[in-house]
Amino acid sequence: MVKHQYDAIIVGAGGAGLRAALEIPEGFSCAVLSKVFPTRSHTGAAQGGIGAALGNEEEDSWEWHMFDTVKGSDYLGDQDAIEIMTKDAIRAIIELEHMGMPFSRTPEGKIAQRKFGGHTKPENPSDPDSKRIAVKRSCYSADRTGHVMLHTLYENCIKQKVHFYSEFFVTDLIMSGNVCAGVVAIEIATSEVHVFHAKAVMLATGGYGRIYRITSNAHVGTGDGFAHVYNNGLPLQDMEFVQFHPTGLWKLGILISEAARGEGGILLNSKGERFMERYAPTVKDLAPRDMVSRAILTEIREGRGIKGSDGTYYVNLDLTHLPKEVIDDKLPEITGFARTYLGVEPTKEPIPIQPTAHYAMGGIPTTPDAEVTKDKKKTVIPGLYAAGEAACVSVHGGNRLGTNSLLDLIVFGRRGGKAIAKFIAGAEFAPLPGDAADKTISKIDRVQNSTGSEKPGSLRTEMQEKMMEKVGIFRNEKDLTEMTSEIKNLRDRYQKIAIDDKGKIFNTDMMEAIELGNLIDTAEAITHSALARQESRGAHSREDYPNRDDKKWLKHTLIYKTDGEPKLDYKPVSITRFQPKERKY
Amino acid sequence: MKVTLRIQRYNPEKDAEPYYQEFKIEAGDDKVRILDLLHVVKWEHDGTLTFRRSCAHGVCGSDGIRINGRNRLACSTLLRDVNYKKPIVIEPLPSMAIIKDLVVDMSDFYRKYEAVKPYLVNDSPLPEHERLQSNEDAEKLFESAKCILCACCTTSCPSSWSDPNYVGPAALLKAYRFTFDTRDEAGDDRLDVIDTPDGTWRCHTIFNCVEACPKEINITWHISQLKKRLAQREM
Repeated sequence: MVKHQYDAIIVGAGGAGLRAALEIPEGFSCAVLSKVFPTRSHTGAAQGGIGAALGNEEEDSWEWHMFDTVKGSDYLGDQDAIEIMTKDAIRAIIELEHMGMPFSRTPEGKIAQRKFGGHTKPENPSDPDSKRIAVKRSCYSADRTGHVMLHTLYENCIKQKVHFYSEFFVTDLIMSGNVCAGVVAIEIATSEVHVFHAKAVMLATGGYGRIYRITSNAHVGTGDGFAHVYNNGLPLQDMEFVQFHPTGLWKLGILISEAARGEGGILLNSKGERFMERYAPTVKDLAPRDMVSRAILTEIREGRGIKGSDGTYYVNLDLTHLPKEVIDDKLPEITGFARTYLGVEPTKEPIPIQPTAHYAMGGIPTTPDAEVTKDKKKTVIPGLYAAGEAACVSVHGGNRLGTNSLLDLIVFGRRGGKAIAKFIAGAEFAPLPGDAADKTISKIDRVQNSTGSEKPGSLRTEMQEKMMEKVGIFRNEKDLTEMTSEIKNLRDRYQKIAIDDKGKIFNTDMMEAIELGNLIDTAEAITHSALARQESRGAHSREDYPNRDDKKWLKHTLIYKTDGEPKLDYKPVSITRFQPKERKY
Repeated sequence: MKVTLRIQRYNPEKDAEPYYQEFKIEAGDDKVRILDLLHVVKWEHDGTLTFRRSCAHGVCGSDGIRINGRNRLACSTLLRDVNYKKPIVIEPLPSMAIIKDLVVDMSDFYRKYEAVKPYLVNDSPLPEHERLQSNEDAEKLFESAKCILCACCTTSCPSSWSDPNYVGPAALLKAYRFTFDTRDEAGDDRLDVIDTPDGTWRCHTIFNCVEACPKEINITWHISQLKKRLAQREM
């Protein structure tokens, strides 16, 4: 076992973790731990853009951005945090440009912007109550915005000589009483256990898409940070809100950016109808993702889907009417995916798509300074921070708008980094418990030496299929209840998994087995939170409770792991400027 | 449909040297990714098979490997892109030390990338708004900025094979990315790093990098622009 001591440890090297690392001043020690080399992080897969009311292409204001985000969240987002994010967005994008991020540009040389789902402005800017129409708010770099943002942040970390531990897989938090005192990690190359004693820890560990069979998420999206928090008796918030992105490549789930519709692409059913006109008459194909995903599934359920060669259904995303230069210059990557993976030529034929599990609106509850809180009174746990998709501030509430995830990373990554810098300047190291690494060591021992009969691969596939079927876009009590017993069953069988690789060098067999444990924990939190919420709001659609119920359910879910059934609690939503209204587009 | 993967295996804890192992597996159809087939082997046949992967659609750069003698990404190569009537030969990227099976030691590759100052240098006072840059100037960077650091290019380059100190095409592409950014002021500081026998001049325009690049970047062209810039500086 190797011991280290750092003032600050950041877990995860995607947008939030890297942005936070840049805030730790010289004179303090800081290290970033990542289970993959930093530029492999999933931030790099973001495509269409990052939202900010720069007003470079047309009139815009952060208040409109704030309203859209609140409405997009189905009024579950905390308005104090949303105000911070949408106001700070403008500074944050300018800062990325100053760091060297290459953006597409307007004819005047400013950062170019385009339309995106749910981003609107009043048709008559002097009348805030006038009909709202789509606005160009997404700042972009062709359709590789996340990729160039991730690389720019990493490049700045190199410039600032940030210390990285690449291919270190964090397995646990170290709690010292009520204070976080570090993390335990496995060095993947050697299987050696490392204890990182720290004054402050930030979890910037990303999402959990791999709970589902069809997902846009990378294989590394296994909910690790959620599991670390949940297993240490701390709550997760609003886990029932799972975003399904409407346009994943059929069968594969690979993301086809909303930018395709922002640039003019339309969705068509088997009759060739532009069906979004019926579901969202004003913004049509640029409605928020939860609504478009439901619309696609409804079309398929009502017999207007297109039957694929394997008997599964899809709808079409049609770009054939777009000028070739728009496709080549603004959407090169995603149209390349259609060619590579489906053999479809998007300039000549429509792209078969289906909704794909994409994003965690819920996560580790934090303050707007990324401090992790442990109860409905928002009591802060000293030394523990979370940011990015792993965190729930909550700026996305029941449904995230496109372009707000990259924004969340850099706004709250930076704020968390600043809060850590302030904290470590005044704090002492909490005592390191002698048994800090015990849980990890016994986990390795159990996985390595088990003689059980369950294979992690098949157990994972089974979980993914069932989550897709029972905790997908449309939900009901029967399916959710069944899934809670399935999860118990998966947990029991997880105790009996056995792996083939008993070695120490780069043992990904063992790593995947540990990741599967994290996925099951996260699936449990999602399913139980979803079963309890008896209403439909944002991405949480209950067939048995089809309406939003503000009287009973305008509140955040908190879920805690126990030895038996998980325990649920609730906390109020921050409502400052915008009173809840019916959500129509 | 059954296909055979002939995979180079090496576990330093057990094996004196690398060897090949064949797996005959069910592929479904020819539209599956080679990565999917590696997963079939790992998840259904032999959990010890070791490789890196993450995004599974060609944007993270984790799964550069050698497929039938060509450096490619396992996740953006489909079965129909290779001759699957014969065993498909899967090997780690060449010229790097093997850690285990298809996992290679990338540290030298990353060190060379860091050597070219792969970041924007600009110490001028910052404007309140974004720096202006024409779309034409911005687009000059886009092709090079597509790079995913998968190392398919550098490990396909005969100059890299023969000169271990050569920074290699990936690092040079990154040098282009910043040298030709109208916002960058590094000037000679970066150019001096690459204006050496082990830098830009070790490129002999063999074009292997261009053929290997899964993002279809014309790397040799970008290096030629650096050579031109260095020659102009000389004059």
